[in-house]
Amino acid sequence: MKTEAVRMAFTAALLEAAKNDETIFAVTTDSRGSVTLGDFAKQLPQQFVEIGIAEQNAIGVSAGLANAGLRPFVCGPASFYSLRSAEQIKVDVAYSNMNVKIMAVSGGVSYGALGTSHHATQDIALMRAIPGIEVYLPADGAQMRAMLKYFVKSNKPAYVRMGRGAVPEVYKDEAPFVSGKANCLREGKDIALIACGEMVYHCLQAAELLVEQGVEASVIDMHTLSPIDKDAIIKAAKTGLVITVEEHCIHGGLGSAVASILAEECPTAMCILGLPDEDIYNGASADVFEYYGLNGSGIAKKVLEVLKK
Amino acid sequence: MDAASIAMRANFRRADVITMINKANAGHIGGSLSSLDIISVLYDRVMNIDPKMLKDPNRDRFLLSKGHSVEGYLVVLADKGFFPKEELREFSQAGSHLIGHPNNKVPGIEMCTGALGHGLSIGVGMALAAKRLNRTYRTFVLLGDGELAEGSVWEAAMAGANYRLDNLFAIIDRNGLQISGDTEDVMALENLAEKWTAFGWNVTEVDGHDVQAMMDYFSSRKAENKPHCLICKTIKCKGLPAGENKKEWHHKVPNEQQVKEALEALGVKEVDWL
Ligand SMILES: [Mg+2]
Repeated sequence: MKTEAVRMAFTAALLEAAKNDETIFAVTTDSRGSVTLGDFAKQLPQQFVEIGIAEQNAIGVSAGLANAGLRPFVCGPASFYSLRSAEQIKVDVAYSNMNVKIMAVSGGVSYGALGTSHHATQDIALMRAIPGIEVYLPADGAQMRAMLKYFVKSNKPAYVRMGRGAVPEVYKDEAPFVSGKANCLREGKDIALIACGEMVYHCLQAAELLVEQGVEASVIDMHTLSPIDKDAIIKAAKTGLVITVEEHCIHGGLGSAVASILAEECPTAMCILGLPDEDIYNGASADVFEYYGLNGSGIAKKVLEVLKK
Repeated sequence: MDAASIAMRANFRRADVITMINKANAGHIGGSLSSLDIISVLYDRVMNIDPKMLKDPNRDRFLLSKGHSVEGYLVVLADKGFFPKEELREFSQAGSHLIGHPNNKVPGIEMCTGALGHGLSIGVGMALAAKRLNRTYRTFVLLGDGELAEGSVWEAAMAGANYRLDNLFAIIDRNGLQISGDTEDVMALENLAEKWTAFGWNVTEVDGHDVQAMMDYFSSRKAENKPHCLICKTIKCKGLPAGENKKEWHHKVPNEQQVKEALEALGVKEVDWL
């Protein structure tokens, strides 16, 4: 099984893109190590901006750079960017319509045992509620590379959440990516699993396990959380049962987005899997996934339970 | 334009602000009137900007970080031809972009500002871009004194000095008041000049209603590897006799009688856009 850290796929691709486009800037907040921007800083110092530990300032500075025609990619931990600088994202980036890409790493529970202070499990809810900013969760390194080709051309603000550790590949080499168009990775008639980010892989694993139980599951990679692919959700509902899986609080994330579309368009039985509204269990991200049933076996088990009802 | 002409224009603009707020029955009159001479000096004399330069990469940048003082800013933009003066009638009306804080859908306004503590960071980004791109434009950020309690201002102050942005100006409308009262009672700022100096800025204090003094300041500024901080001592609600230096006039609306008295005191018969 090939694995790769999405943040490393991102920074390697950004460096290559920036070598050919001097308007591409990387901005960071004492996070060049954790984002893996060390090579960028060394090779393109004129396109690199260090802000120190000041995320609010980093977003404002990036908006100012964008006003001057530059294409800043502001990079740092998702927990701090999504919450501490949420107002700067809302006003300086989205409302002012500045071409800033917020590249949020170590999202979800990928900081593991560092605990809730460092987890970003509210970011989808926050960013989806801000008009004028796109929201993405790449599933693996290949998809991140495909997204980056879009980001370096697009003039729209975006928030992109990545994890920290290496994740198994979902896509071989080139991932198909069209902004706002979900990827259907597997067709099945009994149930649809809709996931984003790292959970896409776990849903594919669950679908394999379900075959042994005689259950055919569709798996949909909802890589774009805003604007979300309504048509793909309505199509998934034809199975009669939709289960969403996300590394995010169960309130306001992928599940809520899917539920609101189903409720309005075609009420369908559904179930939202994610992190519950409680003090989150401590451990490495794999431990947290295991505890809350957010891995292949946990998701498969839940599907069988729901189907029995 | 010489100092006397700018001061005269600023008086007409005060009449515009007072009238506009009365007609709209809304607005932040105190800060708009305290900062009007500063904005007038910038747009009439200092800045390299006009309505034909909106897309010019080398245009000077202005940010009203204390965005609630938008009335004075809009009046100056209209007077300079960024949009027709008659549009001032639409201030705060349903569907208008001329709202209570700067909106960059209005020609001449760079960014949507007014969530306090954001402007200087954006200004640092603009000034840093000029350095990296070898552009000669300058960036002017107008901050309120009450606004300085926002921690993000000081994040930006640190960054401005770190990057030696001598093309960046932080201008403080030091009217001494904020919505709840005297700044020194709400959250003490003094010694303000020492604070900015300690953060690595070149600090100057000036009378923010002395047009000539502000003109002299800007024309004598030299690039010295440090960003510039100009603390402008001002009078809140300057030009409205009923409201000068009174905290209640942060966002009070003048009645017809008060408008009449103010226009008389300013020597303005009536505004030309109603
Ligand atoms: Mg004040």
